[in-house]
Amino acid sequence: MGYSGLSIIKDGVFGGKGRKPLWRDPAPKSRYDAIIIGGGGHGLATAYYLAREHGLTNIAVLEKGHIGSGNIGRNTTIVRANYFLPGNQEFYSHSLKLWEGMSQALNYNVMLSQRGVISLFHSDGQRDAFVRRGNAMINHGDDAILLDREGVRAHLPYLDFDTARFPIYGGLYHPRGGTARHDAVAWGYARAADQRGVDLIQNCEVTGIDIENGAVTGVQTTRGAIKARKVAIVTAGRSGQVAALAGMRLPVESHVLQAFVTEGLKPVIDHVVSFGMGHFYISQSDKGGLVFGGDLDFYASYAARGNLPMAEHVMEAAMTLMPMIGKARVLRSWGGIMDMTPDGSAIIDTTPTQGLFVDCGWCYGGFKAVPASGFALAHLMATGQPHATAAKFRLDRFRTGVGLMDEEGTGAQHNLH
Amino acid sequence: MRIECPYCGERDRREFYYMGDAVALDRPAVDAGAQAWDDYLHNRDNPAGSVRDLWYHEAGCGAWIVVSRDTLTHAVQGSVLAAEAAR
Amino acid sequence: MRLREPPQTVTFTFDGKPVQGVPGEPVAAALLASGIRLVGRSFKYHRPRGVLTAGSEEPNALVTVGQGAAQDPNVRATTLEVAEGLEVFSQNGWPSLRYDALAVNDLFAPFLGAGFYYKTFMWPRSFWQKVYEPAIRRAAGLGRLSGQANADRYEKAFGFCDVLVIGAGPAGLMAALTAAEAGADVILADEDSAMGGRLLREVEEVDGKPATLWVADVLARLAALPNVRLMPRTTVTGAYDQGTFGALERITGPANPDRPLECFWRIVAKRSVLAAGALERPIAFADNDRPGIMLAGAVRSYVNRWGVAPGKSVTVFGNNDDAHRTARDLLAAGVKVAGVIDSRPDPVMQGDYPVFTAGCVTATRGRHGLSSITITHQGGTRVVQTDCLAVSGGWNPNVHLSCHMNGRPQWREDIAAFVPTTDAIPGMVCAGACDGVFDTQGCLQAGADAGVAVAGGLGLKPKVTLPAAETRAYAIAPLWEVPGKGRKWVDFQNDVTVKDIASAAQENLRSVEHMKRYTTQGMAPDQGKSSNVVALAMLADLTGRGIAETGTTTFRPPYVPVSIAAMGAGGQGKGFAPARLTTTHHPSIAARAPMVEAGLWYRASYFPLEGEVNWRQSCDREAGYVRKAVGVCDVSSLGKIDVQGPDAAALLDFVYTNRMSSLKVGRVRYGLMLREDGFVMDDGTVARLGDRHFVITTTTAAAGQVMRHLEFAGQVLRPDLDARITSVTDHWAQFAVAGPQARVLLNTILDDQISNDDWPFMACGTVGVGGVTGRLFRISFSGETAFEIAVPARYGESLFRQLAAQARTLGGGLYGMEALNVLRIEKGFLTHAELHGRTTAFDLGLARMIDRSKDCIGQAAARRPGLLDPARERLVGLRAVEEGRRLTAGAYLFGKDAKATSVNSEGYVTSACYSPALDCYLGLAFLKNGPERHGEVVRMVNHLRGVDTLAEVCGPVFLDPEGERARG
Repeated sequence: MGYSGLSIIKDGVFGGKGRKPLWRDPAPKSRYDAIIIGGGGHGLATAYYLAREHGLTNIAVLEKGHIGSGNIGRNTTIVRANYFLPGNQEFYSHSLKLWEGMSQALNYNVMLSQRGVISLFHSDGQRDAFVRRGNAMINHGDDAILLDREGVRAHLPYLDFDTARFPIYGGLYHPRGGTARHDAVAWGYARAADQRGVDLIQNCEVTGIDIENGAVTGVQTTRGAIKARKVAIVTAGRSGQVAALAGMRLPVESHVLQAFVTEGLKPVIDHVVSFGMGHFYISQSDKGGLVFGGDLDFYASYAARGNLPMAEHVMEAAMTLMPMIGKARVLRSWGGIMDMTPDGSAIIDTTPTQGLFVDCGWCYGGFKAVPASGFALAHLMATGQPHATAAKFRLDRFRTGVGLMDEEGTGAQHNLH
Repeated sequence: MRIECPYCGERDRREFYYMGDAVALDRPAVDAGAQAWDDYLHNRDNPAGSVRDLWYHEAGCGAWIVVSRDTLTHAVQGSVLAAEAAR
Repeated sequence: MRLREPPQTVTFTFDGKPVQGVPGEPVAAALLASGIRLVGRSFKYHRPRGVLTAGSEEPNALVTVGQGAAQDPNVRATTLEVAEGLEVFSQNGWPSLRYDALAVNDLFAPFLGAGFYYKTFMWPRSFWQKVYEPAIRRAAGLGRLSGQANADRYEKAFGFCDVLVIGAGPAGLMAALTAAEAGADVILADEDSAMGGRLLREVEEVDGKPATLWVADVLARLAALPNVRLMPRTTVTGAYDQGTFGALERITGPANPDRPLECFWRIVAKRSVLAAGALERPIAFADNDRPGIMLAGAVRSYVNRWGVAPGKSVTVFGNNDDAHRTARDLLAAGVKVAGVIDSRPDPVMQGDYPVFTAGCVTATRGRHGLSSITITHQGGTRVVQTDCLAVSGGWNPNVHLSCHMNGRPQWREDIAAFVPTTDAIPGMVCAGACDGVFDTQGCLQAGADAGVAVAGGLGLKPKVTLPAAETRAYAIAPLWEVPGKGRKWVDFQNDVTVKDIASAAQENLRSVEHMKRYTTQGMAPDQGKSSNVVALAMLADLTGRGIAETGTTTFRPPYVPVSIAAMGAGGQGKGFAPARLTTTHHPSIAARAPMVEAGLWYRASYFPLEGEVNWRQSCDREAGYVRKAVGVCDVSSLGKIDVQGPDAAALLDFVYTNRMSSLKVGRVRYGLMLREDGFVMDDGTVARLGDRHFVITTTTAAAGQVMRHLEFAGQVLRPDLDARITSVTDHWAQFAVAGPQARVLLNTILDDQISNDDWPFMACGTVGVGGVTGRLFRISFSGETAFEIAVPARYGESLFRQLAAQARTLGGGLYGMEALNVLRIEKGFLTHAELHGRTTAFDLGLARMIDRSKDCIGQAAARRPGLLDPARERLVGLRAVEEGRRLTAGAYLFGKDAKATSVNSEGYVTSACYSPALDCYLGLAFLKNGPERHGEVVRMVNHLRGVDTLAEVCGPVFLDPEGERARG
């Protein structure tokens, strides 16, 4: 049964007795048309779009742990389309459009909250760079508004406009940006894919990728061998290990990114605020927690936990920018494993092995990319052709130098993006 | 997190700048070809476990060092001067 | 009700009403003593709530302290210390705590179960954000921030020790004493205002005397040792790599502006002992969340330590011997015990009180506070009047810190609890109740053993004298939920009931992480300290898995919430980053120059004269100085790096694209530096002061990066080269002297006269300035005859004043960043607006600067086909062609008649200015096939600034393209 206001009332009246599983727990079949390794946001979305857009339903998502146990459940939930380089621009623009219809499409409320993203700048040079970005967004049909100092003050009166170390010159306002409920995205895609017949197989770790004559034939897993002529690696920070099973090296280094949430507070921050100069960004969840984060810890890591220097730096940035949050208490910190590429942009591509696909390199922007990434990878797997919105996410761009998308301009050092 | 500097001893992580895999020690010849340079600049083993990576004691003695470390546990086994590792 | 007359009381307020309390006791104790049981409202259903615990794990009694900028939300009334005049407010109740409008939520609870919001609020689409979400947001949250900037002092500190002991109960005290007396440097940190742990809260004897006296003796011994630091009120919040711990110290004392409220410590310890004790857990039964229902150990804490009885007629409900201990202590204190309900059939009695064996509490009554309970037991069902029910579902060892480095705790069936995994934190030993040892003798022994282990590990030889104390078996029969109907709370703070957990399991959210995230159990400010084990035990039952297999969620720092102000101490205002000031900072301010940030530096933007009302007037005038007379500008913030050694030239050949080894002594060359990926990193000048001695300059922004890069090149890539690199940016004050009168000016201050013959363009060398040895570089960033003169920094301000005064006599003066920018755009010189990390030498028209006869950093990667494509966006100049229309940085370029859309984009503008010399707007831009398009007219659109105009493409050098002026 679909979810609706009526279903909630029925559930209440019948004391919650009629609740159905969000998804089945099928045993893996011996053969599928396609296998997606990784039951995170990107993998689940890929399965959903393969079924919905391409009618491919004899497929399985293989997840080492439980559905949504990776970065989809460990991020700061920000959704935005404020990129400026060709390649990224059309992709994230498409993604935001998919976000805007996601709750209805999935019949699951992912709580998209387009509260607006304001990115602050602190010098004339930074203003010029943000003006360029905003113009690029408008060129592409997305929304951007340039705020001067007083314009920022009207939205964010609680910032320190007088004594902050880096004075606020203004901000780039992206009204359609915002946040969404991260777990709901995973569960919503999982449920919708399951309803279309996709097998979601949890606690199933891929231990080998079978290749014959240069073409993939299936995978070995902790729950037995499974045959398939199409296999996609959608494992974010673990992409390197899974690709190694197919004898591939990827242009990816895995890093830890920390994020933080405070105790619940009455509404105080209405936007997503991004303070690039201090590597700090923040929003307030619907439950009232201030959700914020900063930069990578900067060292390669799979520990999914960070250390104090970056945590302290992030809080120091919070204090210089918005000293009214000093008495908010940090409740929890966590770390995700980021698949960092040499230009900070993603990869959705075929590989030298026929039938083997890779979707990785989301750095720390993977959450907002979930719908478009799934959409584009599904298209690539089903048709063999890259989708127009992801045509530049090529694996060979580093070797050739063609179509690099280095938004930060920091060059081929993985942790600087 | 604390990192061993061969000159200064164990110091807080915040004194160091991190660069990445110690593959940087093995710079190809200028004409080594596209694949060699792609491997040098971009492609990584990216191990979940033991790794040798390059750190710079920027807020200290200025030494570039090669640290042996575990990316799963953050254990640090030791370090050597990059200048010596490179020779 | 107070059980003993306090020596002194003070008055504080709760929701505006005065309350008497004893200084230093928790506010919760004072409220209970005054008969105030209703303290707060729950998160979702706004249920009336009272004090549950006597520590930082408190889920219910969260209050706001103070008003105005000092307003502090979500403070635990159980740890907040009473002080005269303290203002305490309840939370989440409106219009009042007692009559809370949103208590209506509780009536709709059947429809607001776990995950309800995922299934509705989707229609019509726009309503989610316009109607539903704002309502949810207003209802959610607990306390409120004041909205005012923090005005209190917070600090951070580093601590170092051999042994960090976490927790000063019996195990921690013994561990600290053993290690310290063996000679180890010890830090003993404890969360409480007084050390002693449960020994302060129980009626026991240690070493033949009351436990509190034994604690005092041990603390005196520790305090007398020079190698011990005692840190009460200090919660260790996190365990990090290589023995680093975070700790939050709360600082009390008389109000004083210099006294921080909190100090966040980074403690580095060679070894650590975790002696963090255990936390009691409740039992889920119908309406188990009413004010007056408390944990049994907390009731003992209030009675034994603070002399406060939480009720007049107390009942006790438990599944272990602690229930009886509570009854015993209450009776000893003279409090009526209306009954003990023990779920076990044959408990051991500890006194004379009514007991209900094999019994359970199956219902409770009392709207704003408990009035009666229904007991179902072997003998039937009975209603008992009671205003306080003390509950014990057993104890959970405080394993948190042992799990901060990905360790998972292990389930112990005999105590029905998780204990730490050995060696989960390198160098850490767990001892006492946090390791599942629940009697005092066992804790003393475990603490001593831990002290021996850590001190022995450090090569010390500890000795132990173990005091005698109570030994007791801990007998427990697990009871998570009382069967039967009713709403049974598991997570009090987030209003998660047994039914919610069942719903999650029913919907196949069976992983413990799924259950947590779906129900929000364990996600409230207490992070599930009282509810996690109960919840996962239920999930284990529902899914037919064991508790060990079900496992726990991840324990993450901080152990207790830490204020952002404490962890971010020092960052507020200007403290976030150091400020680098040039030697002319103060004279520039005296000249009314607005100082602007350039990286960490401050530089003068312009120097306004009387009567000038906007920056453009000043800027145009200052640019005119340089074009027509002479201007002086402080350029000290540019990076200056000294490179010396026999192989200095070879190293520079390797890091610059062009050859520096061919540079003659006494000459300067412009240099271009690439990253190894072939993109431009920075540009600057290389001056050869001697055969083995170079000084290079970098842009202000890239100075640190270039220094690191040079060290990398020298140490990692070319350790064979003998060259040393030193940053000398701060050692030299350096000034540009530019304009037709530059040489005339310099000749008024140099010890020896210079001419165009002995100091031609791109010459450098040593000069005397007022008897001081300085350096002179004939280089130009304006295209005019220009020099940069450097003197040791201590002479900078003095030289600046002289240069400024002399410039004025020659019809010139000072110029700032704005004029500098105009002058360089007129000449097509580059800054980081153009060198933004995505541009190549080829893009910049500098491909010829890459000397292909030698290797250099970036040489190979710059040859990638994608970096040499003629269709790349490449540097051009732009000249406005429409009268009165400006060119603006950040604009995009399109074909003359093309629509301004992303597919039509052909380039973008990086820098733009009004040129007073040419009387028109100029721009530098990157344009596809740019160099082949000189003369073409393109459309420039800046949506954000409302500019849409035409511009003519030209070469990037607008003024004096032959460079005659600089050579004159």
